Amino acid sequence: MRAVLAQSRAELALTLRRGESLLVSFAIPIGILVFFAEVAPVSTDLDDPVAFLVPGVLALAVMSTAMVSLAIATGYERRYGVLKRLGSTPLSRGGLLAAKTVNVLAIEVLQAVVVVATGVLLGWRATGGLVLAVVFLLLGTVAFAGIGLLMAGTLRAEATLALANGCFLVLLFLGGMAYPLEDLPRILRDVAQVLPAAALSESVRAACTPGVAVPTWSVVVLALWAVGAPVLAARAFRWEE
Amino acid sequence: MSATPAIAVADLVKQYGDRRALDGLTLSVAPGEVFGLLGPNGAGKTTTVEILEGYREPDAGVVRVLGLDPVRDGARLRPRIGVMLQEGGLYPGLTAREVLRLFAAYYAEPDDPMALLARVGLEDAARTMVRRLSGGQRQRLSLAAALIGRPQVVFLDEPTAGMDPHARATTWRLVRDLAEREVTVMLTTHAMDEAEHLCDRVAIIDHGRVVASGRPTELTRSLARDEVELVSEPGIDVAALAGALGLGSERVRERRPGEYVVAAPGTPDLVADLAAWMRDRGHRIDVLHTGRRSLEEVFLRLTGDDAPTGVPGP
Repeated sequence: MRAVLAQSRAELALTLRRGESLLVSFAIPIGILVFFAEVAPVSTDLDDPVAFLVPGVLALAVMSTAMVSLAIATGYERRYGVLKRLGSTPLSRGGLLAAKTVNVLAIEVLQAVVVVATGVLLGWRATGGLVLAVVFLLLGTVAFAGIGLLMAGTLRAEATLALANGCFLVLLFLGGMAYPLEDLPRILRDVAQVLPAAALSESVRAACTPGVAVPTWSVVVLALWAVGAPVLAARAFRWEE
Repeated sequence: MSATPAIAVADLVKQYGDRRALDGLTLSVAPGEVFGLLGPNGAGKTTTVEILEGYREPDAGVVRVLGLDPVRDGARLRPRIGVMLQEGGLYPGLTAREVLRLFAAYYAEPDDPMALLARVGLEDAARTMVRRLSGGQRQRLSLAAALIGRPQVVFLDEPTAGMDPHARATTWRLVRDLAEREVTVMLTTHAMDEAEHLCDRVAIIDHGRVVASGRPTELTRSLARDEVELVSEPGIDVAALAGALGLGSERVRERRPGEYVVAAPGTPDLVADLAAWMRDRGHRIDVLHTGRRSLEEVFLRLTGDDAPTGVPGP
């Protein structure tokens, strides 16, 4: 327990020292929220752009932390032999995973606070089933962490860095986060429907919007990613590069 | 040697594709011993150590560290061993002190991180990030991380590679301190002087098996050469010298100008006769060398392409 606490503290310190990781986790989501709410308001079938954006940006925040930051940090820990070295200490794999989970959830809570606070400043009023939204965000965290660890445990560190950032960009465009999926060409919209980003943002948005039913398809897709990605990561993960 | 060895390995085999990294390797290390694994690159040193650390499973053979199987009983063994990898293993974004404090938290009764940093000579670098440490400093921090949990068995894979002489001396002192506290140390090294100074026993391995093992002095004595080397001015009359020593003329030759080899054991009588003859002829003696080979020579002889097989037995 002492080991997991110390490990969590160290992981958190490392995350907070990585400037580029904070940029992806905080600056980009807040930037998108403010830009598409105030500078170039996105038009959606919801009355207020902020009501559309806050759930989408929460999904984006989860993606940035659970997938991008986790993948890059873990990939380089593997590159530097840290993961291998930990393998001969009494810290178990479960303990390491627990510490990484604490780290990801702590950053996500910070992100959520900042995103919601910014949203409130921009006129967002929290309504709808927030508990359900949190459940979806946690499900999304599991899915994206699985994808991140799959990259980190199988690719070279540089490849993980490039692919994680590339996926972030593509899933941002195809995620229904900053603008509605309906704005995409038909073919891209179909692709987006099976990817985890849109599944997460649509689920969270429905949960946050009173009177809108949670789309079954999105929840199913999200759940499949949340099971499939971690299972695949666990099977394919190699501790040494 | 004590009844229960700290490390016992028997008939270890490890195959990587077509290559047989370990081919029936057997060795045993007593508690409190400093044991050196020597061998050329690719001989199987790191593979052996990583099997003992629980990183790899052998294809055949028996492995026991403190009586435990490193893979099956890993959770019970890991609190009792310390590991220094050949490279890496440290978070680049943490300071030296943070690394040791983190590693200390993994163990039930760890050493004091600051005191240990001082012992490895890194007290001034306590607040320096690992990524800004020099190679030698990182090695010493790695060593400290291997020792922080007060282990009973320590594995050091090339602990002094890339260290300056000062850091190397610090490391040697630390390893000798460990031995005095009855900690078992297994290290791999390329540096023969390191093995001769540091190790109670060594095993020379080549092509995945032990080709020689024993105390460094035993190994060097076992291959003592029946030769005397002499360096003096060039052009000495070797036939006359051989006659004076009571040897056939072919037994003394000038290998290179000024370098002579007498093919006979360097007994006190022979050395006395040789010195008297040189004095009478007015020749100087720059170097006179008899007796045992250095461990380096033993190593090169046993692991070279023309290595004799199976001498001396373990």
